[in-house]
Amino acid sequence: MSTATAEQQVEKKKGEALFSKKNLRLISDPLNENNPITVQVLGICSALAVTAQVKPAFVMSLAVIFVTAASNVLISMMRNAIPSRIRIIVQLTIVATMVILVDLFLKAYVYDVSKQLSVFVGLIITNCIIMGRLEAFAMGNKVWPSLLDGIGNGIGYGAILLMVAVMRELLGSGSILGVTLLPESIYVNNNLMVVPAGALFAVGLIIWAQRAHNKYYETE
Amino acid sequence: MDLFNLFIRSIFIDNMIFAYFLGMCSYLAVSKNVKTAVGLGAAVIFVLVITAPLNWVIKTYILDADALIQGLDLSFLAYIMYIAVIASAVQLVEMIVEKVSPALYGALGIFLPLIAVNCSILGGSLFMAQREYGIGETFAFSLGSGIGWFLAIVAIAAIREKIQYSDIPKPLKGLGITFIITGLMGIAFMSFSGIKL
Repeated sequence: MSTATAEQQVEKKKGEALFSKKNLRLISDPLNENNPITVQVLGICSALAVTAQVKPAFVMSLAVIFVTAASNVLISMMRNAIPSRIRIIVQLTIVATMVILVDLFLKAYVYDVSKQLSVFVGLIITNCIIMGRLEAFAMGNKVWPSLLDGIGNGIGYGAILLMVAVMRELLGSGSILGVTLLPESIYVNNNLMVVPAGALFAVGLIIWAQRAHNKYYETE
Repeated sequence: MDLFNLFIRSIFIDNMIFAYFLGMCSYLAVSKNVKTAVGLGAAVIFVLVITAPLNWVIKTYILDADALIQGLDLSFLAYIMYIAVIASAVQLVEMIVEKVSPALYGALGIFLPLIAVNCSILGGSLFMAQREYGIGETFAFSLGSGIGWFLAIVAIAAIREKIQYSDIPKPLKGLGITFIITGLMGIAFMSFSGIKL
C-alpha cells in the first residue's frame, strides 16, 4: 500500500516535471505571442502556397509538425557531437531524411493530396521554421524540451495555415473540405481568394489582427 | 523560340514570388533597402543558375531509374542530393563574395548562408525535376526564375523605402503592409498571364 502510493507520488512528480509550467509554455508560446509565421516571420513560402483548400493545408500542417518535432529531437540528441562548422549540412541532411520519410508516406497513403502538394512537400526541407528551431533551440537544449518546442512551433504554424485555408476556401470556393456551405445563389465566389494574391492578403490581415490584439508593433 | 518563351514566362508569369511564394522568408527580411536587395537578388540568380543545371546532371545520370546501373532507381535520394549540391554551391558563392566584395559581404551578413535554405533555389531544382525539363530548358528556366526573383525583391525594397514615412496603422506596419503590397504586386503581375511569344 505504502509502496504503491510512493510509486504514484514518484510518477506524479515525474509527470509534473515533464509538463511543468516552463515546458508547457514551450508549446503555448508559439501559438500566439511567438508564432513562427506572424511574429518570427519564418516558413512563409509553404504557408501561402498550399492554402487554397483546407485539406492539403491540414496534411501539410501534420507533415510539418512531424518534421519539426522529429528533427528537433534528433539534433538535440546529437548536439554535443556536431562540430559547429558543418552543423548546417548536418541539420539539412537530417531534415531532408525526415522529409523523404514524409514524402514516401504521403505517396503511399494519400496519393491525391501528395499530387496536390507537389513540390511543396520537398520544400519542407527549406522551411525556415525547421532550420530556425534547430539553430535557436535544439542545438542548446535537452531532448524533451526540444520535442515540445518542435511540436509547439509545428502547431503554431499549422494554426495559421488552417486559418488562411478556411478563409480562402470559404470565400473563394464557398466550401470547406469540399462541402459547399455558401451556394452560388447566396454568395458569388470571390476568385481573388483562390489566386496567389489572395493568400498574401489573408496573411496580411491575420498579422494585422493578431498584432493589434497583442499590441505588438514594429518600429522601423 | 521555345526556350525564350520559357525564359520570359518564368520571369513574369510563373514568377517565383508572386505565383509560387518561393523564397518569401529572405524576400521579407532583406527588402528594407534597395542596395542589399540588389546584392541578395544577384546572389540568388547566380546560385540558381549554377545549381539547377548541376542538379539536372545528377538527376539524369545518377538518380533516374536505370541511369547508373540497370534496374537501380535512386530517385528517392533526390531531396538529399539536391540540398547537398545547393549547400555546397552557397558555400562557394560565400567565399567568392567575401574575397571579391567585402562591402557586399558585410551588407548581406547572415542572409548569404541563408540562401541555402531559400526555397526558390530548391524549388527551382524540384520544378525542374517535376516538369521533366531538358538541359536547355533547365538553364532558361533557372535564369528566368532568378531574374524574376531579383525583380520582385528590388521592387518591394524600393516601395518599402518610399512608404517608410507613410502613416500606416501601427499594427500593420512592417510585415503586414509588406504582405498586402506584395499581394497587389501579384495582381499586377497577373496581367502578364496569357502572353505568349
